[in-house]
Formats: sequence, structure tokens, C-alpha cells
Amino acid sequence: MKRLGLFLFITAALWLFWLVFVGNLDPQEMLVGAVAAALVTLLRSGQPCLLENVNFLNPRRVFMALAYIPYMIWAIIVANLDVARRVVQPRLDINPGIVRIKTRLKNPVARMILANSITLTPGTLTVEVSGDDLYIHWIDVHAQDSEAASREIAAGFEKYLEVIFG
Amino acid sequence: MAALDIIGALLVLLGSLFLFLGALGILRMPDLYNRMQTGTKATTLGNMLTLVGLGLLEPAWLPKICLIILFVLITNPLSSHALARAAHRAGYPLAAGSVTDALREDEQAGGIEPGSTACQVRDPGSDPQPEVAE
Repeated sequence: MKRLGLFLFITAALWLFWLVFVGNLDPQEMLVGAVAAALVTLLRSGQPCLLENVNFLNPRRVFMALAYIPYMIWAIIVANLDVARRVVQPRLDINPGIVRIKTRLKNPVARMILANSITLTPGTLTVEVSGDDLYIHWIDVHAQDSEAASREIAAGFEKYLEVIFG
Repeated sequence: MAALDIIGALLVLLGSLFLFLGALGILRMPDLYNRMQTGTKATTLGNMLTLVGLGLLEPAWLPKICLIILFVLITNPLSSHALARAAHRAGYPLAAGSVTDALREDEQAGGIEPGSTACQVRDPGSDPQPEVAE
């Protein structure tokens, strides 16, 4: 049952991509797309899938996943303006360094999204991952202590990801 | 739809401003890591704004443009992480004014176990550290 759900989910996602690329809703295109998507999903079904342990059917998780998108966009805008301000100042206003932060997330997909979210918001850049530790290059270090840095860099994202990936 | 055209053009302009600032940052920043902060990521917003503006100018392209933005959002952090990680492993130093390098300290203390993210990497200790030109 779970495998079937995963199969349908991946097929539907691939089919959606196909339709967007094709750009029209001609029945012929839709049929070929559906067959191709199912075939591709079938061919990779033997391999382990990152989404295997994720349950998307919980409404609270779906809500948090949708809420994550505007949160992320807002974080990107704020951080971009911050870096832009640093770049144009006559004296470079930077205080760079690599700090270690600890994550509470256990799910590997959640960790990947956390690391990518941190990298995506300018000012912080994930350099290395080791166990529960993430090493972050920070353009303006104002907390060298691991715990304070974790709060400042990761806590906002973790709040969402903890719910989404349970 | 003149209003849509104007908003689209303004977004493209704003996007190119951010792309310009990203390029300026590459020139001004003192070391590779800081350059990557601006060069690969101040451009995220520039990319997104330019693409959304383009989508407003040509509404028929909007679905594909959303896909492009999605791909940029997925691949951009992956590549910047890979570059920064490779640079740090090759021993590329942080700029002189840097405050702390927890990763170097932990590496020297022997506490780092690379590959916990299920990717196989060569043990950097087994081959000589490459010299980094100043």
C-alpha cells in the first residue's frame, strides 16, 4: 500500500513536469506523458528512495510544507538585502568565520533541506556536514558559541522541518 | 496589458541590479568563501526577480519559468556547498580578518567524520595537502 502510494506520488510529479514542459493539454501528449512517467518510476522502483519514510498525507504537515515556501522566500529577500548592503558599503562590513551548529533533525531529507535552506539564504553557507554538526561559513559572525549560532541560523527552519518530517 | 508590462520590466531591472551587486561582491570580497556568499547567492534573488519579470512580460512562459526557478533553488545551494567544501578540504584559508574556523579546529582535533551524509569521499589525510597559492 505504501509502495503504491509512493509510486503514484512520483508518477504524478513526473507527469506534472512533463505537462509543464510540453505546454499544452493535448490528449495525445497527456497519454504519452503518463506512460513515460509510469515507466520511469517503475524502472527506478528497486532503488532506495529518499521519500520512503515521509508521510505527506497528514494535513498539519501539508500545511507546514506550504507555509515553508513563503517563509523561505521572505528569508531569501531579507538576506539578499543584507548582503547587498554589505557589498555597497564603502568599508566592507563583514566579520566572517566558520561556526559549528547542531541540528535536532534526524530525517536525512529534512537535514538536506535544512542545509540547502541555510546555503540558499545569503550570509550563511554550509561548508561541511558531520554527524549532527553542520559547519557554516557566516559572513557576519555574532555568536561563536555552537548553541547560540544554532538558534540564530537554523532554529527558524527547524521549526517547520520538524513538523513536516515528524 | 500595459500595467503588467511595466511591472515586469521593473522586476527585470531590479533583478539585474541584484545580479550586478553579486558581481560587485565578487570583486570586493576578500576570500573565496565570502565571494561565494555574494557571487552565488546574492544572485538567487536577482535570478528570481528577472525570471518573474520575464514571466509577466510573456505570460505564456510563466509555467516553465516557475520550473526554472525551482531548479535554480534546488541546484544553486548544492553547487555552492560543493565548491565551498572542496575549497576547505583543499586547505584554502579564510581571509585574514576572519573570526573563527570551527571546522579547521575540529579537523585538527580529529573529531570530524566526513561522509556521514552517505557520500563516499577519499580520506584527505592519505594524500599530501595541496599547497594553496597566496
